[in-house]
Amino acid sequence: MKKDLEQQDTVIEVNQLVTHYGQRKILDGVDLNIKRGEIRVIMGGSGSGKSTLLWHILGLYQPTKGRIHLLGQDIHEISFNDMLKLKQDIGVSFQSGALFSSMSVGENVALPLREFTDLDENTIRIISRMKLEVVNLGGFHKLMPSQLSGGMIKRAALARSIVMDPKLLFFDEPSAGLDPVVASEIDDLILSLRDTMGMSMVVVTHELDSAFKIADKITVLDNGKNLLTGTVEEIKASTNKRVMDLLQRRSRHDKLDPADYLKRLTQENYTLS
Amino acid sequence: MTEEFIRFEKDPELCQIFISGEVDLSNSGELRKTILGALKTTPAVKVNLSGVEYIDSSGIAAMVEGLQFANSHSKSFYLCDPSPQVRSILELARLDQVFDID
Repeated sequence: MKKDLEQQDTVIEVNQLVTHYGQRKILDGVDLNIKRGEIRVIMGGSGSGKSTLLWHILGLYQPTKGRIHLLGQDIHEISFNDMLKLKQDIGVSFQSGALFSSMSVGENVALPLREFTDLDENTIRIISRMKLEVVNLGGFHKLMPSQLSGGMIKRAALARSIVMDPKLLFFDEPSAGLDPVVASEIDDLILSLRDTMGMSMVVVTHELDSAFKIADKITVLDNGKNLLTGTVEEIKASTNKRVMDLLQRRSRHDKLDPADYLKRLTQENYTLS
Repeated sequence: MTEEFIRFEKDPELCQIFISGEVDLSNSGELRKTILGALKTTPAVKVNLSGVEYIDSSGIAAMVEGLQFANSHSKSFYLCDPSPQVRSILELARLDQVFDID
């Protein structure tokens, strides 16, 4: 279903998203509104629901409740063919890189072009090698993923995610596990892609330096709820204790319910409520 | 009435190709055909990008192929008047160092 044209500047809209794993509520009424050309960072501690939110926005999980619009289209209502078309406007860079180990770097990058377009081989070769140049892997197309370092795998995955010139780009922990220099290079690339191609991006990360460098806005999730959304300055200035804990990397000191805790430890059939 | 996507001016020494609007998967094949066709019949081809609002990777690839053809057939191929946005797309892939840009 198409939304009104006046809302087209909003490229990602999530309304009151609720989801459960079993009986446990993972997302509890999350709202998001992301504008064209915006870099939105999603932050939160482990188990806050940030990766789950990403998978839902990508349509990989079905929520219990709520609506998700990407580029004006309700992803739970559009036809299979429209979804296929929409997917061509979306790039995803997974935490692990998710390169196919049996294919060379060049073949991995070219894969979406072979899958979704009828471009000839020469054009596909030029585009995929151009993208490898963009991520500073020029000339590495013949290598196999097993021959790459962690940072190179992330950059190759990034090249693949932009090979279709997507309008929306999603990153799951783009700089996790990288040394600070390589992590900073990835951040610079993310900013360049937004500035030159006008891509809108959602970046899930727990790396504070990276978040502060690239974000237009940050959404902090906590226990599946949107705790706070604001600019970097607003997040840094927040007096919310959970946000301050996250920024200062302090462990959470939730007040325990002693009776529930005891049940968790002792009851054979205990389930989270 | 919308302006033509591609028009060209040709004399025996030079073919100038003017592109307008957006270049993407839907029309980059036409651009490629026009560039290669022009290079087969004239010694020099200039692609004027002043009217280009957006160009995707398949459009850039068409121009790379044009340059590749020109270099292997001792012909000239160059670009002119890219908008700052188009120039920055070329710069991102470091193609500003590969093309002759007026």
